[in-house]
Amino acid sequence: MIVLSKEKLPIQREQDVVLFRNRIKELATKIGMSLVNQTKLITAASELVRNMLRYGGGGITYLEVVSKSSIPGVRLTFADEGPGIADVTLAMKDGYSTGKSLGLGLPGAKRLVNEFDIKSEPGKGTTVIIIRWKNGL
Amino acid sequence: MNKDTATYLKGKRKQILEKWMDNQVKDAALRDDLMSVAELQQQSEEFLTALLNAFGTPEAENTDSAGYETLIDILNEISISRARQGFSPRETNMYILSLKQVLGQQLEQNPALDPSKLSREILSINNIMDSLGMTTMETYIKGREEVILRQSNEMSEISTPVIRVWDGILALPIIGTLDSARTQVVMEALLEEIVATSSRIAILDISGVPTVDSLVAQHLIKTVSAARLMGAECIISGIRAEIAQTIVHLGIDLTNIYTKASLASALKMAFSMLNIQVTRGAKQNLGF
Amino acid sequence: MERIPILKMGPFLLVTIQVDLYDRLALTLENDLINMVSKTEAKGVLIDISAVSIVDSFMGRILGNIASMSKIMDAATVVVGMQPAVAITLVELGLTLSGVHTALDVEQGMELLRTKIGNLDTDEEGLYDSFI
Repeated sequence: MIVLSKEKLPIQREQDVVLFRNRIKELATKIGMSLVNQTKLITAASELVRNMLRYGGGGITYLEVVSKSSIPGVRLTFADEGPGIADVTLAMKDGYSTGKSLGLGLPGAKRLVNEFDIKSEPGKGTTVIIIRWKNGL
Repeated sequence: MNKDTATYLKGKRKQILEKWMDNQVKDAALRDDLMSVAELQQQSEEFLTALLNAFGTPEAENTDSAGYETLIDILNEISISRARQGFSPRETNMYILSLKQVLGQQLEQNPALDPSKLSREILSINNIMDSLGMTTMETYIKGREEVILRQSNEMSEISTPVIRVWDGILALPIIGTLDSARTQVVMEALLEEIVATSSRIAILDISGVPTVDSLVAQHLIKTVSAARLMGAECIISGIRAEIAQTIVHLGIDLTNIYTKASLASALKMAFSMLNIQVTRGAKQNLGF
Repeated sequence: MERIPILKMGPFLLVTIQVDLYDRLALTLENDLINMVSKTEAKGVLIDISAVSIVDSFMGRILGNIASMSKIMDAATVVVGMQPAVAITLVELGLTLSGVHTALDVEQGMELLRTKIGNLDTDEEGLYDSFI
């Protein structure tokens, strides 16, 4: 996998989310991603960035344009230094929530992207990496 | 190229055309099934006139020069139309190559040329004709690519025809296996059309779907759910006996979805949902 | 602070969301709308989201909340104009917005609300009849 471009965007307040979404849209449009796939990617990102603000107290996001066997895609990294998730498997289940949400955030986001990777250590923070390929289903 | 040579060839235009036509007609590759001889004659005459005119210009040996503009235009048109008509590359290129031969032979008969001059002139003509041959092939391939592109576009459109059967009612006959990739295309096409036509009901006809497994069923359910979120209702029709059996055996839950055995009964249901009444009117003389 | 305007049209409230929502704006809308329903005793709420390009689980929950809360106050909620890409994404996300009525555009949404009110009227009449 080749990284074609990389930028860093800190997320501290809710207003940062709008800028973050717009930036993803620009990147996805640039690589020619279809509207439906763009919408899925941005919705997934929106879920993850909310988790980061709500549970992790904000954090850092990386937006990258990557390419694997000449198919472009967008890779997003969400890193926070919050309390972390005690049981990642449980958190990935539909309908599970420690807050008052629907519990669709993490598992829903996973369904909306092509690649999903989550690493969490209690007390140290959580890092989620997602990729959506240009023509991925 | 020598000016005298150009003038000489111009004077022999009639003979050249005759021989060239002879060569083309005699050639086994002549496709009289694709093009009549009369048509070929007219096309060749037009081309030859333009070529001999170009020979007379100061930059006769540069086929990119202004003098060749008309000629290249004609040539492009010929190659593209031949590509579309289904001529092979060889058949298309023979057009230029056979003329090259005739021009060479004609020059040999020019008494004003001594052997060294002759070879120089023939070489110069060969260069020009080769360059024209190259242009022909380039355009020919471009023409073929256009054909391929058009066909592939047509194919992807054909695979998902969304039909407006009534004001406010769409029908989508699904034919062939539904995989994830195809479902996405079908789903998007249907939802876009629902918005474009403000249709409140969509009939998904699966008579042409060979098998329905749990994955296909899931795709169908997703399509119905998405349409509902937008404010449209779906009816799934064309459910054959064996498909009904598999659905029940697999334990797929379709209770929240309207299903009908045939497209006709789905249409009837759509009518009643939209409060449309279709009645048979008084007998009219329609002329049959 | 940014606010989404709510229009009153007869017995209905009309909201057209023209911007992409962030969480606080959506929460403010929920608050304002429910207060308006209570104040005006509206019988129906129509939310036009045709210009909204992203609806995630939070926004979906707000829409569901508005519908449930309005229902308790005897008002029907119709969400109109959801974009195909948004609908596909919501289904994938696992959100079906049960309890929320939907329509393709404002016109059809209004029609739906009117029939809902019509049903209500006849129901109530029937209720009175049985009392008498």
